[in-house]
Amino acid sequence: MVRYVLNKFLFMLLSLFILITATFVLMNAVPGSPLQSEKATSPQIQKNLEAHYGLDKPLIVQYGIYLKKLAQFDLGISMKKKFQSVNKLIAGSFDNSLKLGLVSVATSVLAGCALGIIAALYHRKFLDNAALVVSVIGLAVPSVVMAPLLQYVFAVKIRAFEVAGLNGPMDYVLPTIALSAAPIAFIARLIRSSMLEVLNSDFIKTAKAKGLAGHMIVWRHALRNSMLPVVTYLGYLIANVITGSVVIEQIFAIPGIGKFFVQSVLDRDYPFIMGITIFYAILLMASRFLSDLAYALVDPRLRLQTGRVAK
Amino acid sequence: MADLETPRATADPFAPLQRDPSGAERIQRRSRTAWQDVRYRLTTNKLAMTGFWLLILLVLMAFFAPLVWPFDHYTNDLQLNNQPPDSTHWFGTDDLGRDLFARTWKGAQISLFVGVAAALIDLVIGIVYGGIMGYYGGKVDEVMNRFAEILYSIPYLLVVILLLVFMEPSLTTIIVAMSITGWINMAWIVRGQMMQLKNQEFALASKALGASSMRIIFRHLVPNAMGPILVTLTLSVPSAIFTEAFLSFLGLGVQSPVASWGTMINDGVQSMSIYPWRLFFPALFLSLTIFAFNVFGDGLRDAFDPKLKK
Repeated sequence: MVRYVLNKFLFMLLSLFILITATFVLMNAVPGSPLQSEKATSPQIQKNLEAHYGLDKPLIVQYGIYLKKLAQFDLGISMKKKFQSVNKLIAGSFDNSLKLGLVSVATSVLAGCALGIIAALYHRKFLDNAALVVSVIGLAVPSVVMAPLLQYVFAVKIRAFEVAGLNGPMDYVLPTIALSAAPIAFIARLIRSSMLEVLNSDFIKTAKAKGLAGHMIVWRHALRNSMLPVVTYLGYLIANVITGSVVIEQIFAIPGIGKFFVQSVLDRDYPFIMGITIFYAILLMASRFLSDLAYALVDPRLRLQTGRVAK
Repeated sequence: MADLETPRATADPFAPLQRDPSGAERIQRRSRTAWQDVRYRLTTNKLAMTGFWLLILLVLMAFFAPLVWPFDHYTNDLQLNNQPPDSTHWFGTDDLGRDLFARTWKGAQISLFVGVAAALIDLVIGIVYGGIMGYYGGKVDEVMNRFAEILYSIPYLLVVILLLVFMEPSLTTIIVAMSITGWINMAWIVRGQMMQLKNQEFALASKALGASSMRIIFRHLVPNAMGPILVTLTLSVPSAIFTEAFLSFLGLGVQSPVASWGTMINDGVQSMSIYPWRLFFPALFLSLTIFAFNVFGDGLRDAFDPKLKK
């Protein structure tokens, strides 16, 4: 078990290092510099600017400095937003993203499980088909479509919610639905299929035979055993929610990190792009690492293999 | 399957029927090959067939609608901007007076092209990489698998967006960016299949006859793994289409005046309270396409492996 964890952890660090290096190389290979502007600047000013941002040193030295700063959790200074450190910019915007993300993850898991259980318990009946319709819609309608449609119907036509922003608890409803529609559908399908398998197994029959009440069978035996695939999926769910929020934040005008990310790419604000990339990467890899661990804890069979966990 | 004798209602319903051993060994119907089985299971799956016919329809429309339609996707007509759908402009026009019917099908072409191109690149790299990885096993497998795992652990969207910073946003960039990490899933599927197949007799026989490793992999093993490969291929198309729409929506993808569903949706969002049709049509067809590929892919998977049926 220790070997398994260590293995995974080293892997994560290695991947992170490769990503950081690749990002650094890519950013420096791009023609043009964020310090260039339409206004003509004198060569002296240009030089001073470069010296200020450390761009006059050789690339390898810049890389070394960057890594050193990174080890101290310092992501540098934004080049477009004057005098603001990337750390501060991320810290300021991550708050909104985190709240929305947590609400969405919780909604996905709860609603997905509920839908999946209902579908499995009423196998081949009306409710099963209804759940199927919901999950097909959730999988087929991408967030780019879902979010504007929700906005149009519930905020513009019915006026039940605010069109944009993230000020009160009600403002979470539409973005959360848009973000968790696909994960809900996916989790519902996972739970349904594994639940059906579990419900047909012998130990459930035993439980029934010894006279255990229906809801006890579902809660104590069936659900616990069919949660396994969902645990694996959690890491990917968090990744999905984070990447999905890039679009959702754009549409609902939420000042979160995803919105900044797109903006920084369009602005070519290199320190900011790198900062957010690395931040995202750490977040995503850590969540995958944790979900791998959780899975290994729950399922002892997995500890024997060093391979990856199925999606 | 079918009973040899037709049970008749006799006076005594519980009297045992006469046994006729002569017919016991007779084969009642011709046996089906594996592919016939797959086709049978697929064609009897209504949802999958709906997806299939939807796809055919979408592909035909994407090809032929722009050819016969009187308007093209880029000519402006500022006199006729933001027209609601009517008999000349079936889907209405956008803010520059461009015909949305033409733009929608142009967008379909782009989406389908991106989806198919990305899936095919994944297919080629995945089969070669996965084939070699799975066939040789041991050290080769270990090293190649490690490399794939590292690449896989790097978040997909980050790679795509980073590449878009580096290269100009265009169709090619999107496809290249998606292929960088897209092939890994395919490679793992092929690897798994290889590991199962390489120890079977036909592979051994081929080896005994002196076939080279490459010949065994690509002439014998890969064709036998075609089922899972096809399924993965079909299911990777919608995710590519989705990513293209996602990136174009953010302004990081296909650039104007080319019509992509993502950019059209982005344009439509800005004015959805006044001109909802500008959002509605690209949104509808994007969802329909993704839906069709998903249900068809699911059906295909069930058809190839009925045990997996969910």
